[in-house]
Amino acid sequence: MVESILFTFGLGAVCGIILSFASKIFYVYEDPRIAKVENLLAGANCGGCGFAGCSAAAEAIVNEEAPPNACILVGPENVSEIAGIMGSEAGTAEPLKSYNTCDGGNRATDRFIYNGLNSCSAVTSLYGGKRDCTIGCLGYGDCVRSCDFDAIHMGPDGYPVVDKNKCVGCGACETACPKSILEVRTVSQRLLHLNAAEDALAPCAQTCPAEIDIPRYIGHIRKGEYEEAVNTIRERNPLLLACGRVCPHPCESYCRRGIEDEPVSINQLKRFVADYEMTNNQRFPIECAPDTGKRVAVIGGGPAGLSAAYFLRRAGHHPEIFEAMPKLGGMLRYGIPEYRLPKKVLDWEIEGILNLGIDDHTNVRLGVDFDFGSLIAAGFDAVFFSVGAWNDYNLGIPGEDLDGCFTGIDFLAKIGNNEPVRIGKRVAVIGGGNTAIDCCRTLLRKGVDKVYLVYRRTRNEMPANEVEIVASEHEGIEFVFLAAPNKVVGNEENQVAGLEYLKMELGEPDASGRRRPVPVEGSETVLDVDMIITAIGQSPLLSFRGKGDRLDELQITRWNTFEVEPATCQTNVPYIFAAGDSATGPALVVDAIGGGRKAARSIDQFLRGKPVVPQPRALLNKHIPGTIFESVDGVRHTKRTPMPELPVAQRIHNLKEVDLVISEADAVYESGRCLGCCRLCYNTDS
Amino acid sequence: MGYFELFISCIFVNNILLAQFLGNCPFLGTSKKMETAVGMAMAVIFVTVMAGTITWIIYTFILVNYDLVYLRTIAFIVVIASLVQFVEMFLKKSIPALYAGLGIFLPLITTNCAVMGVCVLNIDKEFTFLDSLAASLFYAIGFGLALILFAGLRERILLARVPKPLQDTSIALITAGMISLAFFAFQGMV
Repeated sequence: MVESILFTFGLGAVCGIILSFASKIFYVYEDPRIAKVENLLAGANCGGCGFAGCSAAAEAIVNEEAPPNACILVGPENVSEIAGIMGSEAGTAEPLKSYNTCDGGNRATDRFIYNGLNSCSAVTSLYGGKRDCTIGCLGYGDCVRSCDFDAIHMGPDGYPVVDKNKCVGCGACETACPKSILEVRTVSQRLLHLNAAEDALAPCAQTCPAEIDIPRYIGHIRKGEYEEAVNTIRERNPLLLACGRVCPHPCESYCRRGIEDEPVSINQLKRFVADYEMTNNQRFPIECAPDTGKRVAVIGGGPAGLSAAYFLRRAGHHPEIFEAMPKLGGMLRYGIPEYRLPKKVLDWEIEGILNLGIDDHTNVRLGVDFDFGSLIAAGFDAVFFSVGAWNDYNLGIPGEDLDGCFTGIDFLAKIGNNEPVRIGKRVAVIGGGNTAIDCCRTLLRKGVDKVYLVYRRTRNEMPANEVEIVASEHEGIEFVFLAAPNKVVGNEENQVAGLEYLKMELGEPDASGRRRPVPVEGSETVLDVDMIITAIGQSPLLSFRGKGDRLDELQITRWNTFEVEPATCQTNVPYIFAAGDSATGPALVVDAIGGGRKAARSIDQFLRGKPVVPQPRALLNKHIPGTIFESVDGVRHTKRTPMPELPVAQRIHNLKEVDLVISEADAVYESGRCLGCCRLCYNTDS
Repeated sequence: MGYFELFISCIFVNNILLAQFLGNCPFLGTSKKMETAVGMAMAVIFVTVMAGTITWIIYTFILVNYDLVYLRTIAFIVVIASLVQFVEMFLKKSIPALYAGLGIFLPLITTNCAVMGVCVLNIDKEFTFLDSLAASLFYAIGFGLALILFAGLRERILLARVPKPLQDTSIALITAGMISLAFFAFQGMV
C-alpha cells in the first residue's frame, strides 16, 4: 500500500520534474502573441484556414502570412481582438470570396458523355478531364458538395454559381475543383491580377491591352445585368466612358465571330453600359479594400495616372494626383477633341474616380511648382510617373518658326483649354496619325474653308484608326498623299503663305514593313495655305530632371522615355514607377490604362514590403498558343450593329459628339452575337 | 523466436490495427489523405519505439522489483504522456525540421491506444529488452503499413459511387473490416 502511494507520487514527481527541466532546457522563443491568438481561434483543428491545425494558423497570423480573419469559424469579435493583438486594424483583413472563372459548363456537357461517373475529380482522374476544352468546368459539382456553407449551387446553365453573401472564403471549393475553375481571392487580388497563360481567356480578352474580361461583361449585358457588366469592366478599366468612345478596339480584330462573320461590336457594347450608368446618373458602388495608410504620389493625371490611382485606391492605398494642366484627364482632355469625347462625359467619369477618396492637385508642374525632394519630405511611400508624351516632334525644315505654324498636341491642348488660337482659312496638317486627323476634324469645326492632310506615304500606311480616316473623308478633308514637306513659304509679315513639298514614290519596304517613300527629283509643289500644323509624333517632356535629386539617376531610353522593367513598370530607382506614354512612347489610351494597372500591382507589392516581381506566366498581351483559330464552325452570318453617327451636315460646324450610343435593343441583339468564347470552346449559333 | 519471425508476426500476423484492433481512432481519423497518413505513421513509429523501450525498463527494474505490477496501466499512461511531451519539446529545439514534419500528429499520439497496447504486449509476451525494442518497431511499422494502405484505398473510394448513407466513415469501416479479413489469411504463418 505504502509502496504504491510512494511509487505513484514518485512517478508523477519525476515526470513533472523532468518535463519542467525539459521545458527550460529545450525552450524555444515563441512570439507570446501566438499563444494569445491561438486562444482566440476556434480550436477545432478543422484545417478550413488551410493550415495544419489552430497553432499553425496562429503562428501564420502572427507572422503576417495570414490575415486576422483567417479562421473561418470565429466571429467578428474574435477577429477584431486578434487584429488588436497584431496591432492592426480589424479592417485590414479583406474578405476572400470565391469566383467562378469558367461558364462553359453546358456546352462542354454536350460534347462528351462520361458513362456513370458523377464527380469532377473522378472524371479528371480517369480521362484527364478531357472535354472539348481541356481546362473548362466539368459541371459535376464537386465544389457544391465541398462547400460547408451552402454558398455554391449548380446554376441553370450547368456551371456553379457562388452566393457571395454566404461565401466565407474558406477555400474548400478551390481545393475540390480539379480544373482550378473556382478561385478564392480578395477583391484587390483580382483587381491586380495580370492575365496569365493558364487563365480562362477568350482571344478578345487576351488582346485587350487593359485585359478586360470581355465575354463576361457581354454575357451580363445579354442578361440585362448592366450593373454587373459595368463592375466587370471596372475591374480592369476605370475609364469605360472614355474608352467606349475613343478606343480603336484591338480586341475586335481577334473576335472569333470575325473569322467567319463580322466581329462583335465590343466597344459599342462597352459604351452602351457605360452610358447607361451615366444617363441614369446612378454611380454603381465601387468596392475598395480597407485602408493601408500608404501614400503614393501620382505625377500626371492622364489615363495612366488615373488608372494607377484608381487601382491603388481600390487596393486600400492613398494616391494623390499632381497635374500640370488646369484639369485632370491628360490627353483624354487636351489631346482628344470635344466631338469625340465630350468634356462633360470625361468630367463625370473622373469625378467618379476621385470620389473613391483620391486627392488631386491641378495646375502644379513638377520641377516648377514643386520639386521631387518635397514629395519625399511630404511622406509619400512611392512615386508613379505618368507624365505622357506632350513634346511634339519638329519637321526640321526651314520656315517652321513662322507665324501660323503650330504643332499637333500644342494646338489641340490650346483648343481643349479654350485658349484663343488664330485660325487660318486654308490649313495644312502634316502627319498621318490620329493626332493629325484630330487636328483636321477640329479645324473643320472651327470654320476653316479648306483642310489638307499632308502625308508622305499613302492611305494604306496611315497609322490612324480606319474609322477616323473614313469619317474625315466624309467630312471633306483633302488628303495629299506621297508628299514630303520641304519648306514653309512665308510672306513679308513673317506669316505662313504656303507649304512647299516634294512628291514621293514608294520604294522598298523598311524595318516597319511599310514601303519607304522616296522623293521624286524636281517635283517641288506649293500648297496655298495660311496655317500649318505639324503632327508627326510626340515624345515625353522630361524637363523636371537635372535638378540634382534622385530623378537624375533615372535611366532614360533613347526615345526619351523612362527605362522601366516592362513586366513591373519599376524604374531603376526602386520606389519610382512609370507607365503610359512616358514609358512606352505614344500609344493607345487603353494601353495607358493597362499600364497604370500593371504599375499599381507592382506599387502594391512595394508598399506591402514584398519584393517587386513580375507575375509568373503573365501574358502581357501575347496570345496563348493554340487559341487563335483559322476557322470557326457553326457560325451563321448575322449583321453587326452599325455605329450610329450624327449626319455630316449637323456635325461639321460644331463640336457635338459625332458617334452616338446604340439603343438597348441593339445592345441586347449585339451581345447575343458574342460566341461566349473561352480559350478553346465557344457557343455555336443554332 | 528469431527477429525474422518477430518481423512477420508483428507486421502481418498480429498487425496491431487489423488483427488486434488497437489504434482505430487515428486509423479512421487520419486516413482521408495520404499526406496526413504518412505523417501519422512516422510519428507513431517514432513514439512507439521510444515508449516500448522505456516502459519495458520501468516495468522490469521498478515495478517488478517493488512488487507493484498492478500499477502497470497507470504507470504506462503517465510515462507515455510525459514522453510524448518531452519528445515534442526536444524535437522542437533540436530537430525543428522533423518537428515541423510530424506537426500536430505528435501530441495526438498521447491518446493512441496502439502505443499503450504495444507496451503492454511487450510485457505480456515476456520479451527481453532487445526483443521488445524490435517488437515495438515492427508493430509500429505494421501500424504505418495498414494506415498508408488504407489511406490509398480511401482516396480511391472518393472517386467511386458510394450510396449516400454509406459515404465517408461508414464505407471506411466496411473497408477496414475487409482488409482485416484479408490480414486474417496470415494467421498460422508464425
